[in-house]
Amino acid sequence: MKPSFLRFLCVLFLVPLAARAQSAGHPANQLRFCITSQPKTFDPQLVTDDASETIRYLTGGVLVRLNRSTQQLEPALATSWQVDRSGRTIRFVLRHDIYFSDGTPFSAADVAWTMQRLMNPALHSPAGDAFRSGEGRVVTQVIGKDRIAVTFPRPVVGLARLFDQVAIMSASSPHGGMAVLGPYCLAKNKAGSWLLLKRNPHYWKRDTAGHPLPYIDSVRIDVEPNRDIEVLRFLHGDIDFINSVDAMDYDRLKARAPSTAIDAGPSLDSEQVWFNQVPGAPLPAYKKAWFASTDFRRAISESIDRQALARVVFRGHAHPAISWISPADKYWFNARLSPHPFDPHGALRLLAQDGFQLRNGALYDRGGHVVEFSVITNAGNLYREQMATMIQQDLAGIGIRLRIVTLDFASLIERITRTFDYEACLLGLVNDELDPDAQMNVWLSSAENHQWNPSQKTPATSWEAEIDRLMRAQASTSDLSRRKAEVDRVQEIVFEQEPFIYLVNKDALSAVSTRLRNVRPSVLRPQIYWNIDELWLDASGGGKR
Amino acid sequence: MKLFRAAAIAFLLVVCLAGLLANVVAPASCARQFREQPDAPPSHAHWLGTDDLGRDRFSRLLYGTRVSLFLAPAAAALAGVLAALIGGVAGLAGGWIESCLMAATDLFLSMPWLFLLVTVRALLPLDVSPWASVTITFALLGCLGWAAAARVVCADVRTLWSSDALLLGHASGSSGLHLLRWHIVPRLKPVLWAQFWISIPVFILSEANLSILGLGVAEPLPSWGSLLSELESFPVFTTQPWQLAPLFLLVATVSCFHLALQNQESWA
Amino acid sequence: MGTLSLGPDPRPMISLLKFAARILVILTLGGFLGATLVRLAPGYGVDQEELDFRLSSSSIQFLRQADSPNVSLFTFYARYMLGLLHGNLGYSRNLQEPVRQLLAERLPETLKSVTLALVLGWMAGLSLAMAAALARNGLLSAAASLLASIMLCIPAAVLALLFVDAQLPGRLVLALIVFPKIFQYARSLLNRSVALPHVLLAHARGAGGLRILLCHALPVAGPQLLALAGVSVSMAFAAAIPVEALCDLPGIGQLAWQAALGRDLVVLVNLTMIVTLVTVLANSAAELASRASRGGET
Repeated sequence: MKPSFLRFLCVLFLVPLAARAQSAGHPANQLRFCITSQPKTFDPQLVTDDASETIRYLTGGVLVRLNRSTQQLEPALATSWQVDRSGRTIRFVLRHDIYFSDGTPFSAADVAWTMQRLMNPALHSPAGDAFRSGEGRVVTQVIGKDRIAVTFPRPVVGLARLFDQVAIMSASSPHGGMAVLGPYCLAKNKAGSWLLLKRNPHYWKRDTAGHPLPYIDSVRIDVEPNRDIEVLRFLHGDIDFINSVDAMDYDRLKARAPSTAIDAGPSLDSEQVWFNQVPGAPLPAYKKAWFASTDFRRAISESIDRQALARVVFRGHAHPAISWISPADKYWFNARLSPHPFDPHGALRLLAQDGFQLRNGALYDRGGHVVEFSVITNAGNLYREQMATMIQQDLAGIGIRLRIVTLDFASLIERITRTFDYEACLLGLVNDELDPDAQMNVWLSSAENHQWNPSQKTPATSWEAEIDRLMRAQASTSDLSRRKAEVDRVQEIVFEQEPFIYLVNKDALSAVSTRLRNVRPSVLRPQIYWNIDELWLDASGGGKR
Repeated sequence: MKLFRAAAIAFLLVVCLAGLLANVVAPASCARQFREQPDAPPSHAHWLGTDDLGRDRFSRLLYGTRVSLFLAPAAAALAGVLAALIGGVAGLAGGWIESCLMAATDLFLSMPWLFLLVTVRALLPLDVSPWASVTITFALLGCLGWAAAARVVCADVRTLWSSDALLLGHASGSSGLHLLRWHIVPRLKPVLWAQFWISIPVFILSEANLSILGLGVAEPLPSWGSLLSELESFPVFTTQPWQLAPLFLLVATVSCFHLALQNQESWA
Repeated sequence: MGTLSLGPDPRPMISLLKFAARILVILTLGGFLGATLVRLAPGYGVDQEELDFRLSSSSIQFLRQADSPNVSLFTFYARYMLGLLHGNLGYSRNLQEPVRQLLAERLPETLKSVTLALVLGWMAGLSLAMAAALARNGLLSAAASLLASIMLCIPAAVLALLFVDAQLPGRLVLALIVFPKIFQYARSLLNRSVALPHVLLAHARGAGGLRILLCHALPVAGPQLLALAGVSVSMAFAAAIPVEALCDLPGIGQLAWQAALGRDLVVLVNLTMIVTLVTVLANSAAELASRASRGGET
């Protein structure tokens, strides 16, 4: 072969490698980060997904804001507020001379319009659902330009806190929902790829020196479903933070750039496994009998080594879960509950009470059926797959054969909400609410998200009836100590019955570039940018945060 | 070259044997978790270290060989046979039959088959055994992977059928079957071999991707595909190069297959 | 399809009409089959937000109804086709934008990636295949094979990660995925051609390697290589789906990936039709070129 041909080949392969990707010059005062999917809506009242929530948080102006660090409510568009003794009415005093991003003035009429729209049953707003404690209309009473009272048909627990989720919309702006009161407004949306937010020139807040906030001019949010690529982009300085990092990536980041990795401690999220207890599920009767047995569920729970799950799968960045309320929620967590034991022998004793027998390394039930079942989990979540694999080995220790099936999320949801064609399911609960009242739709036996046996006409068991009673009771009083006692009792029942076998509470892990300043990481979402208007970018990069 | 071929065949034999005798050769079961040493580097006890759950990587590689080395070539062969049949019939028949078959091939190349796989998963019971699941997956891959090759085969057969040699054969009174058996089929080999080589690694990797649909191997059974997908994490290449072992093994096996059967391939 | 000929002969017109009708039938069928696959697969009309515990029962019911309107597959498809006749491609449920706009934004990106991948893939694949066919010693051939095998064996996601890490353009990943397939086919075809009697004869007469390849081997393998060229277009399009999704390239591959995860029926039907159209056009062009070249030879 002639050398010229060889040269041609070399050039052919080297040219593309030499052609480095042009790193597009980003504006200096632009914050960049990633979300995993395109926001499903820009209507702040219809937000259901994380991505839309991000946009609402950055663009929406609210009457009161929950300080994610102190977990206390702070004035925002409202300078003060008061809930009356009935727990039904809240009165706000609003700020003066505030304008929407398009220059339209803000007044109490906008709040009234927002609340009426939010509470319209036809809208089916999730933020509105949180206020819906009973049938009837919501009454808004505008008392002058800067005062308003909102009255609900029934008492609403934690009423003021719920307004953290209500972005005020303009009643009169020609731009409709695009006129916002938050620190940023949407400038461009390349659907499925990226979004650009620009600083709201009319944002009301100023720093102590009187400078208008926010400090950062624009925010570019890339849609990046691949977490590994997100981490790589962070390491290359292409994005400024990762709100939620996996345990493994956290350790790797810690090794490569120690000052960027942040562990804010246990979060409110939990990982759990549950058995299908739906009476009409297409399962053999003997399996339904296993899953309905408290001893069986407790035995499974006792044979799972939660410490090992936290240590191996989450690299120590998780803690064995005890209750449906995370220990991170210091007020509501029932501290009297002790951790679930890891005791395979105890598990076998419990199973023996129900007539199960261990023969030649395999467990048989009273009817002679080998005890084996499948657990489904969502594909693509490495940690859930690994937890399932570890549980598989733990259960093999008591003679149970577990099959692991990973499914795409849509198929999995169809199985757990419509066809009920599954035996056990391993999923997590993403939680931002400190108040347990937010989980009403999980614990009421009539609720859709009462996953082990949803939408019951009457409670299937006495303990579910008791949980129904206690949850309704806590929702009807504003007496905090009474509510605490009732919620504690619910936690005890769940601890004894284990309809959900809680596995671990993950830590809130994040990564933040050293050029992003004033960051105060929190365990509550959005962990890193909850104080977005106070964040600023240091052009020089390094140094302490 | 002969020496290379012999070495390649020997290597393949060793790999096949190691896969077959995995439960004898492997230092540990592929499922056993050494929970005290997750993600350990190579050591005397664990030649290729351990994975995230503390399972011996070397043992998993051996067990994975069993799944991938036997099923992927079988699926590739199935795809090859289908390509030869459909492309061959189209090329030989010509006219409207060719038009219809090639239109079907074009459609086949364009369909979102992912959803068929999702449906198949839904039709299978959840407690289907890992071996059955992986066999079904490879069978599906074989059934879906023929279309591109069929087009090339069709063009090939059409050209061959109208070539001088075949026209001469026709004129000398050879029967169609005779010509097919002795002139067409052997000449299709290069295209089919190419299809075969491409399909083996592609199927091995696809099988791992299908695990997101609940098809493919299920834990704790490993496959080369699932071991390779562990590489999809950013620091592996620089900090844990021993994790590249499955990639080396796959490349070596595919190359050795190539080398071992090179004479067949260049038949003309 | 008829032969190409010039002059006032009406046959080319008829052929063209026939060809257009064929494409139309295949497209209609493709769209319908695509819609059927998506609609019948589990998970259609299911939304992850149903698991949001903040939602009341009535909101969940509303979400379910909104996600899977009570319309049969045939009605959906008939409505879609009617819209198509008026230039309306429908509305994306996931991305909340008209599909036409999404495609207008994204199609050029993918066409760029696919063209680059095909050009680079063919240049690299064919030139290496030629080099391997010409090489006297087996070393170059083995080296080329090894390179192709490595590229085939590395998962696309790993390649994408490596490229992001090295800050190289993600488009090149597509070229690296297409290249080994073209190389394998082209090498097989060329190997066979160089071993043909008349090529061997030319060799024995002292013709140079490159001359043998260009004047004797390539023309013999021409129709098959053209068929491969046609098929390689659909290969590149198929590979674009994971690569664009992984490398964050805002093309229709990324759109297809997101639509598949979110079961966005309208987007998926449009994409299936586009891919079908490209496949049919590429393969028909390859076939036409092949017939024309054979017509020229005889």
